Amino acid sequence: MLQGTLIYGFINSVVLMLVALGFSVTFGISGVANFAYGALYVMAGYLSWLGLHSLGLPYWLAAPGAVAITAGVAAMIYWFILLRVRGLVVSEVIATFGMGLAILELFRYLGFIGFEYTLPPLIDASVMIGDTYVDAQRLCIVGAGILLAAFLWFFTHYTKTGLAFRGIAQDERTALTLGINADKVAAWSVAFGAGYAALAALVILPLGTIAVNEGYNVLVNALAVCIVGGLGSTVGIIVASFLIGFAQILTATYLETSWMMLVSLVAILAILVIKPSGLFGHQKQLEERI
Amino acid sequence: MAQRKERIDRGIKVRSDDVFALTSWREMAYLAFPRVVPVVLLFLLGAVASIYWERVLVTTCMFALLAISWDILASAGMVSLGQALFFGVGAYIAGTLNHYFGISPWLTIPIATLGGGVVCTLVLLPVLRLRGIYFAMVTMILPLMIERVIEATKIFGGTEGISGLNTLGNVHTEFLVAAVMVWVVLFSFRRMMSTDYGLLLKGINDNDRAVMSAGMNIYYYKAQALFLSSAVGAFAGAFMTHAYQFVGMPVFALDYSIIPIASVAVGGAGTLAGPMLGSFILVPLSELLRGLGGLRVVIYAVILVVCTVGLPEGIFHYLSRKYNQFERWVKVER
Repeated sequence: MLQGTLIYGFINSVVLMLVALGFSVTFGISGVANFAYGALYVMAGYLSWLGLHSLGLPYWLAAPGAVAITAGVAAMIYWFILLRVRGLVVSEVIATFGMGLAILELFRYLGFIGFEYTLPPLIDASVMIGDTYVDAQRLCIVGAGILLAAFLWFFTHYTKTGLAFRGIAQDERTALTLGINADKVAAWSVAFGAGYAALAALVILPLGTIAVNEGYNVLVNALAVCIVGGLGSTVGIIVASFLIGFAQILTATYLETSWMMLVSLVAILAILVIKPSGLFGHQKQLEERI
Repeated sequence: MAQRKERIDRGIKVRSDDVFALTSWREMAYLAFPRVVPVVLLFLLGAVASIYWERVLVTTCMFALLAISWDILASAGMVSLGQALFFGVGAYIAGTLNHYFGISPWLTIPIATLGGGVVCTLVLLPVLRLRGIYFAMVTMILPLMIERVIEATKIFGGTEGISGLNTLGNVHTEFLVAAVMVWVVLFSFRRMMSTDYGLLLKGINDNDRAVMSAGMNIYYYKAQALFLSSAVGAFAGAFMTHAYQFVGMPVFALDYSIIPIASVAVGGAGTLAGPMLGSFILVPLSELLRGLGGLRVVIYAVILVVCTVGLPEGIFHYLSRKYNQFERWVKVER
């Protein structure tokens, strides 16, 4: 029982981390709080489903295609919409929220609801760890989580684009003087975050069905993890996702499954009261930033 | 030679800004026209409309109230993505009072208005320190969460909701109450925003540091603005509960968050009248689009994005500029 709780808590934490990474990357770099994040996540799921079942593409073509299209859509949202309201935080939030809503509700309208909307797992098997059954897909999630987090670190420390990301995150004007096109890099960062959302969707969604409401849940979870960990801090994301992840599994085990989503809310409210900048937030006080 | 558009206040506007407006019929008419005509028009519409469209007008008035409540909150620097919270809390208070205690709607609505204001203020009190997107995030999450709580604990009828509530009487009564209320709220809050108190709230939005350094406790005033705004929202919720004779989880639905914001985006923020104008455009429009079903939310969202990006000023600002100012091209030397 305890062992199972620990294993599933760990897996749930990695799921949360995967979901939050993309949101955090985009916000940390360009300062855009992408409220269309959940919609992009779900969109990636539906796109790869469409690729697999409507177009009959093989998995190795459909999945990367979905990731690429999702990233492309995010870049277009930035380029055609967000660029015009850049710096007006409220307008940015309302515009991305509206876009996300439009995408999600369009899928709902088109009738993408039902149990047939599932993605195939990467490996269809299950393993015994101690005396707990864990299906291989969940292990894939853990692998993907570690891989993506590590890749993010290497990317932002050792590649030119990644360094440009950190450049505009630290000081946009100085980055401009060094010949970094801030608008382009910000568009890349939004696309990059959406790509992470899509990858997360591809490994997480096989556990259940692709549902429109999942988009809202993902957004809430990503926000919860980011607020608790401190917006823009990758270490904070990891710590916060483990805190919330284990808290959720413990609630599900000892109370009821339906209380699981409440954990995020309680975590957000608690952290906002105690330490508004989050556990590892870069900003000393939130009020100085926004 | 380059040209530049110059905007100058009309003479009549400048004159009627002052107390001397009372000396001339023309200036009084100039002042009264934009205020009296919409009021009369709304009541006339209500008088000639069919039962169905009168119901639509009632709904429109309630969405107008929600949009006004959004604007009050935004004027004090708090951007909400969850107007459904206020609406839903008011709805549930009125619904439960009516269902479990059998209190008449004429009492439950005032109780829900004040009670909803108090409850929402208390709920959001811990996050008053937040601004911008952080406040928006919390307000977006809260209605979704409350829906979950009701689903999980099965309180107040759970997923089924409570139906068979009392009504205010017939549609005409409902329309009269709604229309009177919307004008009272609009004009009194517009008046409030032009007093020193309103100026203080706007100051919190523009630069809260400056207000703090003037020795004001901004959290105290933010809480007051929150109470005023959530009371207006809760009234709308309580009223609609009795109009629909039903309260349930849908009162926390996204519609009640997104339509007020879309109305503000269409009408123009910061004026209170703009959001109202916006909802009087959007809600009847959505009735006409009823056949489209779920696509309506998509259309709203697209209108929201297009207006936020392409028409940031809003219709009301445009109209009031045309009414109060004239424009001319002037030559400028390079």
